[in-house]
Amino acid sequence: MTDLTRLTALDMGMLLRTAETSARELALAHLAEIERTDRGIHAWLTAEPLPALAQADAADERLARARRDGPKALGALHPLLGVPVALKDLVSVNGGQCTAGSRILEGYIAPYDAHITERIRDVGAVVLGKTNMDEFAMGSSTEHSAFGPTANPWDLSTVPGGSSGGSAAAVAAYHAPLGLGTDTGGSIRQPAALCGIVGLKTTYGRVSRYGIVAFASSLDQIGPFGRDVADAAALLHVVAGRDERDSTSAPVPVPDELLVLPRDDDAAAGLRGKRLGLPREYFVRGIDPDLERRIHEAVAVLESAGATVEEVSLPHTDYGLATYYIVAPAEASANLARYDGIRYGQAVRGGDVLANYLATRGGGFGAEVKRRIMLGTYALSAGYYDAFYVKALKVRTLIKRDFDTLFAAGFDALVAPTSPSVAFPIGARLEDPVQMYLSDACTLPVNIAGLPGLSIPCGLSGGLPVGLQLIGPAWSELELLRLARGYEALTADASWRRLEPTQLALAGNAPPPVLPA
Amino acid sequence: MVSSVGIIASVASLSRSDVEHVAHLARLGLTAAEIDRLEGQLNHILEQYEKLAELDTSDIPPTAQTIELENILRDDVPAPSLPVDAVLANAPEHDGGLFVVPAILGGATGPEGS
Repeated sequence: MTDLTRLTALDMGMLLRTAETSARELALAHLAEIERTDRGIHAWLTAEPLPALAQADAADERLARARRDGPKALGALHPLLGVPVALKDLVSVNGGQCTAGSRILEGYIAPYDAHITERIRDVGAVVLGKTNMDEFAMGSSTEHSAFGPTANPWDLSTVPGGSSGGSAAAVAAYHAPLGLGTDTGGSIRQPAALCGIVGLKTTYGRVSRYGIVAFASSLDQIGPFGRDVADAAALLHVVAGRDERDSTSAPVPVPDELLVLPRDDDAAAGLRGKRLGLPREYFVRGIDPDLERRIHEAVAVLESAGATVEEVSLPHTDYGLATYYIVAPAEASANLARYDGIRYGQAVRGGDVLANYLATRGGGFGAEVKRRIMLGTYALSAGYYDAFYVKALKVRTLIKRDFDTLFAAGFDALVAPTSPSVAFPIGARLEDPVQMYLSDACTLPVNIAGLPGLSIPCGLSGGLPVGLQLIGPAWSELELLRLARGYEALTADASWRRLEPTQLALAGNAPPPVLPA
Repeated sequence: MVSSVGIIASVASLSRSDVEHVAHLARLGLTAAEIDRLEGQLNHILEQYEKLAELDTSDIPPTAQTIELENILRDDVPAPSLPVDAVLANAPEHDGGLFVVPAILGGATGPEGS
């Protein structure tokens, strides 16, 4: 039999229905793969066989029951029943540790399930474990995890991107066919690009954040990772939709077409007549020239299928970085005030209230989190609130209007690089926060505007994956996935598509990744 | 927009005592070495903020959130909350179904002190 871990998630689901494999066998195959190669990657913070196998056995029972009840009952099961999923370690799973990559939450046991965890349980997908991340999702490299960095399976000396780098590396390394992450400024799309997989940041309000550790609440969104577009779409179908426990989750229908994306020829034909914009501002500052060539080659592929591509302008793009690094830290400084060492989390006790706060928070948070709390506190403090915070919210309006104008003019989507560079060496950007922040220059305007954005692999540069970003109007996830599916179908025979991550074979014997001293 | 340029340009420099003040507001205990590092890094980041002063935003409304949802209400139906034991299970210290905090008024010592 072929190696189960190399199948797509939807194909795994098919084999389960036809009883050619079991959910237990799938879970065991993936746990074995984690055991085999995660030493040199460190994608996982917790991957516990017992809870995973209990879920797998429950899925097998549901399958057996449906098989007894007939084809109709089988057809009613979700295609991802019994399929393993990796969760970023900021998603609450009742009874499991949830650290958000932070020392201050080490040992914290979630007392309830997040909404998306409930949805995963409802359809019967199997949570394999929790993946590494930048502390509180603040970072673009997963180097800011309190539990050590994650390595990119394409080159173990480089980062997988971040902040959802553990989920992206796990899916790229065949530890799981599917992963979930969050994206506040690029934290799904950028690691998807750097690890050579598909990642989708959803429209603000598309997925309930109940039970997710908060970073910046007007920007944070949940989204799926997959090795192909159809898998990512199927996982979106599981988690999307209104939940009254998150007042920002919107009452917008979730299309069932997410489960039946067009197959090859139909997918490519769907590109005919599509109007795509190429925002020139995404091709200027510090972009790697060879990576830029891959993007233009991908654009040529889209044009060859009948899409029209026009150069367009998003004139306020250059203001995105400053806007983001005021709004996101401001919201973070408020959200992270809850870590007070009283109700949960690591705590230093023994002094008065103030001394306990200072010691608990000073000792529990890492350097990047402290930097952002400081920035946000300053931007919100008396005398600076209008000059920084309100000013940034006004520029946010201008950035959003840039996108609104193009979509109102009839563009179906915008096409851009996901990241200005391929995976960079571990340690290279740690000493210069501004350089690190520029990693997200092409992704964070999308969060500022609340729009959906998708990254799909479009080739290699210097042997490392390049991501093509598709940006659409609010609630256009299905359209974006169909466009991406079209590109995927057109490049199905490309040699780079058949490569496995080049250093995956070394990962089992490599030392765990570490930051430079 | 001269005034806005003036405001941002003039505040984009944090002294060491400013850093200490902000750390106090944020309830972050920082070491002297951390304060040294942050002073330089924060000022470098604040320089990036100055770019926003190029834009005239006097007639632009602020955007705090991007989807125009308003008055999201759910039915006011009683439902069980998490059990008290589950809520307290992660607390560093609890007693009699309550979180224990240090006394916040002078002279008291126990959890009942305030």
